[in-house]
Amino acid sequence: MSLRELYQEIVMDHYSDPRNFGKLEDADYHVHVNNPSCGDAIDLEVIVNSGKIEQVKFDGHGCVLSQASASMMTEIIQGKDLAEVQEIADSFRSFITGKGEVKIDLEDLEIFEGVKQFPLRVKCACLSWSALREILKKMQE
Amino acid sequence: MIDSTKIREDFPILHQKINGNPFVYFDNASTSQKPKVVVEAITDYYYRYNANVHRGLYKISAMATEAYDNARKKVADFIGAAPQEVIFTSGTTASINLVANSWGQENLKENDIVVLSEMEHHSNIVPWHLLQKRLGFKIHFLQVDEDGSLQLDDLAEKCKGAKLVSITHVSNTLGTVNPVEEIVKTAHANGAKVLIDGAQAVPHMAIDVKKIGCDFYAFSGHKMCGPTGVGILWGREQLLESMPPFLGGGSMIDEVHLDYSTYAQLPNKFEAGTMNIAQAIGLGVAVDYLQEIGLDNITAHEQQLTEVALEKLKSLDVQIIGNAQNRVGVISFAMNRIHPHDISTILDHEGVAIRAGHHCTQLLMRKFAVPATTRASFYFYNTIEEIDQFVKGLQKVKEMFRRVS
Repeated sequence: MSLRELYQEIVMDHYSDPRNFGKLEDADYHVHVNNPSCGDAIDLEVIVNSGKIEQVKFDGHGCVLSQASASMMTEIIQGKDLAEVQEIADSFRSFITGKGEVKIDLEDLEIFEGVKQFPLRVKCACLSWSALREILKKMQE
Repeated sequence: MIDSTKIREDFPILHQKINGNPFVYFDNASTSQKPKVVVEAITDYYYRYNANVHRGLYKISAMATEAYDNARKKVADFIGAAPQEVIFTSGTTASINLVANSWGQENLKENDIVVLSEMEHHSNIVPWHLLQKRLGFKIHFLQVDEDGSLQLDDLAEKCKGAKLVSITHVSNTLGTVNPVEEIVKTAHANGAKVLIDGAQAVPHMAIDVKKIGCDFYAFSGHKMCGPTGVGILWGREQLLESMPPFLGGGSMIDEVHLDYSTYAQLPNKFEAGTMNIAQAIGLGVAVDYLQEIGLDNITAHEQQLTEVALEKLKSLDVQIIGNAQNRVGVISFAMNRIHPHDISTILDHEGVAIRAGHHCTQLLMRKFAVPATTRASFYFYNTIEEIDQFVKGLQKVKEMFRRVS
């Protein structure tokens, strides 16, 4: 895994042009997470309709990995129901930690494979995912 | 003048390749590297005379005690103090917590005022927040100007009625050197005691605590070629005498009865339990080592590195955060739309170790409206060639981010 692969085209594309970036009016759920070791922060908001993620947006600041990962995450969960989102979140965690089963096709997110070789950066790629887990918890309450 | 080639022979860690490139260590504000003599002194203690101090009535305990006490004398001489005023702690953080929990707990009351500044490291903010919760005093903050210097126009006003002013000597993020003597004068004129956080100053410039005139001075061993786990609290003898112990336990007592204890003389009163003996001995050797090179030579060499680095950075269109007139070789910067984490990963690939993050100064990050900065910080063993390698690395960063920035 070279640096070029870590900072490959698709990652840089999501960084320079993040999808679903910004704020939602009338969000049903809103979570703010930060990485206290570096000060990066992400806000994640969703609107749920008939048990599905109708709209999702993220806001905040961070490095290429945290922003690209957040951007791709919003794309993959859009329109999915609670159980599906849970499965995606679990699979991404299994994928990035190398522990547990990856049950679904993570599509573009698989490019984060290489992050495992930069252990200090795994946290960056997981920041938005910890926000998603918080939201899932709230949805289940 | 500093003979870099000769000095670098003392640091085996510097002679390695990282990702195929010569290793450049520019994270000295975080911790310094250790010369062989320091590592060897620690090994020698463990191999030849590892024993507790001030206790065993046998040969190697006497040797350990002598080496430990000697280290204290060396540190005392190094900062112009008397040995009984030099307390071994685990580091600057522990030193400040000691003052807060002993002097602070005893002397601060509701509605009293403690003055800090926006450029303090979290270790000179959080201990006061913790104590504030218990005692209910007020904290006033000196502000930081746009160029990274401390705003001193309202110093006298902020010191009015203050019991303590606790300020950093050198900013670990901005590199600013604060006019501590002036601050001490104003604080004393208003009846406040002064604690100076010298963690970023002692490794880089000659320090005389009596000349500064403060009441407490705290610093760490590991940023000045010593091992981790040892630091110093210097305090005025009378003041330390008047303070209650912070930690209770072995070594810090005079007599222990069923219902009360009496305490040992200085400095033992503040050194409870088995101390960091090997580390203290290592710090003593680090002090010898620095003095042999000469603190003035160290300051001059680092000033030269700083000037060269600032000049070369100009060509890269980076935003330097902290441009105070009086500064040291700690350079924080931001690059347009490029996150410090990414800069750090790419530089690491080029063999250059720098720091990315908030540097435990979140107040400053908010002030300068950045989530984090990239920070390069120098020590006397760094060279101009290393700055070139660093700048070359930054050019790679820019090239990689061409389409986004």
